[in-house]
Amino acid sequence: MKSQVRNRIERIDANTMILNMGPQHPSTHGVLRLILELDGETVIKATPDIGFLHTGIEKAMENKTYAQVIPLTDRMDYVASLSNNLAYLLSVEKLLDIQVPPKAQFIRVLLTELTRIASHLVWVGTHAHDIGAMSMLLYAFREREKLLDIFELCSGQRMMTSYFRIGGLAQDIPEGFESKVREVLGTFPDRINDYENLLTKNRIWLNRTVGVGKISAEDAIDGGVSGPILRGCGVSWDIRRSNPYSGYEKFEFDIPTGKDGDVYDRYLVRIEEMRQSLRIVGQALDGIPEGDFVARVPGVVLPPKEEVLSNIEALIFQFKLVVEGFSPPVGEVYHSIESPKGELGYYIISDGSNKPCRVRVRPPCFVNLSALPKMIEGGLIADVVAVIGSIDIVLGEIDR
Amino acid sequence: MFELDNVFKAVYFWLEGLFTRWGIPQFWLDLLSMLLIFAVIIAFISVSALFLVWWERKVSAHMQVRFGPMRTGWHGWRQTIIDAIKLIMKEDIVPAKVDKVVFVIAPIVVFVSALMVYVCIPFGRGLIVKDLNIGILYILAITTFTVVGLLMAGWGSNNKWSLLGGLRSAAQIVSYEVPLTLSVLGVVLLTQSLSMVEIVKSQVHFWDWYIIRQPIGFLVYITAAIAEVNRTPFDIPEAEQELVAGYSTEYSGMKFAMFFFAEFTNLFTISAVSTTLFLGGWHGPWLPSWMWFFIKTFSVILVIMWFRWTYPRIRVDQLMGFAWKFLLPLAFLNLILTGLFA
Repeated sequence: MKSQVRNRIERIDANTMILNMGPQHPSTHGVLRLILELDGETVIKATPDIGFLHTGIEKAMENKTYAQVIPLTDRMDYVASLSNNLAYLLSVEKLLDIQVPPKAQFIRVLLTELTRIASHLVWVGTHAHDIGAMSMLLYAFREREKLLDIFELCSGQRMMTSYFRIGGLAQDIPEGFESKVREVLGTFPDRINDYENLLTKNRIWLNRTVGVGKISAEDAIDGGVSGPILRGCGVSWDIRRSNPYSGYEKFEFDIPTGKDGDVYDRYLVRIEEMRQSLRIVGQALDGIPEGDFVARVPGVVLPPKEEVLSNIEALIFQFKLVVEGFSPPVGEVYHSIESPKGELGYYIISDGSNKPCRVRVRPPCFVNLSALPKMIEGGLIADVVAVIGSIDIVLGEIDR
Repeated sequence: MFELDNVFKAVYFWLEGLFTRWGIPQFWLDLLSMLLIFAVIIAFISVSALFLVWWERKVSAHMQVRFGPMRTGWHGWRQTIIDAIKLIMKEDIVPAKVDKVVFVIAPIVVFVSALMVYVCIPFGRGLIVKDLNIGILYILAITTFTVVGLLMAGWGSNNKWSLLGGLRSAAQIVSYEVPLTLSVLGVVLLTQSLSMVEIVKSQVHFWDWYIIRQPIGFLVYITAAIAEVNRTPFDIPEAEQELVAGYSTEYSGMKFAMFFFAEFTNLFTISAVSTTLFLGGWHGPWLPSWMWFFIKTFSVILVIMWFRWTYPRIRVDQLMGFAWKFLLPLAFLNLILTGLFA
């Protein structure tokens, strides 16, 4: 990466200016660094330079048992931690060939859709803030707070939830969960309409977003771009529909798509996705089946607490599981989900020990970011900011 | 009650009486009155800028479902005073590689040009420092002076973001100066005078106000004026999310405070000028003239703040296009219509 950056810098000519944007810049969403070659304010070349938030999460996963990895996944895409939990767990469950009970599946779907809304709220707030509509950030965070309350109710944590566990959930949904979700379902459609009133038909917003940061469907597919950016190009590809997981085939929802693949289409797609997520949440909440919240697989899932306190075998099982973990069969497995940002996949190699031999994450933000130069070259500095916002990057996930 | 009309004149005549009784030459009287006026203006600007910063924070906070400053005094009224004291007491940093002279002078240029405008703003009946017969021309000329300071700050800082901010502000302010002046010309044409006092005197009744007689002119003026003082949606020279802090990126402490003060002083200036030109200045029933002036001015300020916390920021090329392709023809149209029907 460094040599690539240097190569670019060596090719400068005297009429252009090299501008270092980030890692400390108000709108690079964390610590993204961009090296921009400018002619006036027009961007001629853009080179993203990443790695400032490298935390070695993938390597750290190799030193933890399968269950201990879950909290690490929270810390990658920290505005959508439940989606990260889910992607990892589905991979592990695929490796172990565990069937998750329907109740856990429904709650997983419900919570990941709320996560999608929360993530999109962070996106709409920061994106509008980048373009200059500063009040949107506060409105979006006001609503997000309601969702974080729900996460806190379930898991005790607002952001680093780790609520999903291998085989199901950490614990059953608490009392008052349903009423809180119903409240969200009641208020959110109006709030989304409010955002649209502020932005969708706003002349300045249209000027800043329509036709900006365009990418064609071919380029997007070639670059491996996924999620709302790909759908913004008009490609109706959503893993929830194409490869349903966790019972998504039981839910009715539409996949919004754009036409031009510009910043405005991505905006419309994400706003509509929030509405569709609300639809899914409503269906999931109405249809939560009776049953256990976790698959009681001996040796993998902790025995119920009452049994641990009364039964010596259960106590030993719990002790062994916590200390040693479990050893899945030798094999390789990949499972991906539609995270709020795109295709989020976990590739796990098991060597038969109690710790994963290698975990490789396919982060949507990293791949989407690689399409950034294509979108911003030829635009203005102001467009760079708008495009970065529209990609919706989280550096924790890119650098890992 | 609270009538302050002609207070400047009264003080001046009182001083003149004293000086002639004591036999002190006229020169010293002029010097003293100049210094007094300067002190009054500085004091007024400081207080109004401090108040406006607080006001802006409260307005934005309440628009964004927040409270804003609440800890320092009643609804945080002391907050900006404390902030100002902090800025004064901070170390005066001049970065190593800047062009020192230009870097130091730039905030002074900006601040002084913001200050000089106050010489001919009529705060009430007879409440004007000097009723120049070219008043509005003087104000337009002085406000443009700001751009020199911004450009100096952008260039002197030796920082690419500052440079971009400086260039943007130069392009923007020079462009918007044209429709701004043209929109004012309509008023001047109807009043047949450039004097600020004469302009106010020609709009005694509500239906005489130039916002009624010159609605297009008012819209062009307020749009161009917002662009002149770099406020959202035209705040591209200091667009935080794009240019970090634009021309003021390298400034801190008191130098930054001077830019900040100048910004809010200019906000007050454009609102005061639009009150004078279009909203009937000090005219109004019952209340004293100066009170009417401030009510109108703060209403305009409130509207401008409302814009800031609602609209996204326009892009630099669109900003230019807007000035030259839309505002300028509109201002010309307004001028032609005024000329035809007046």
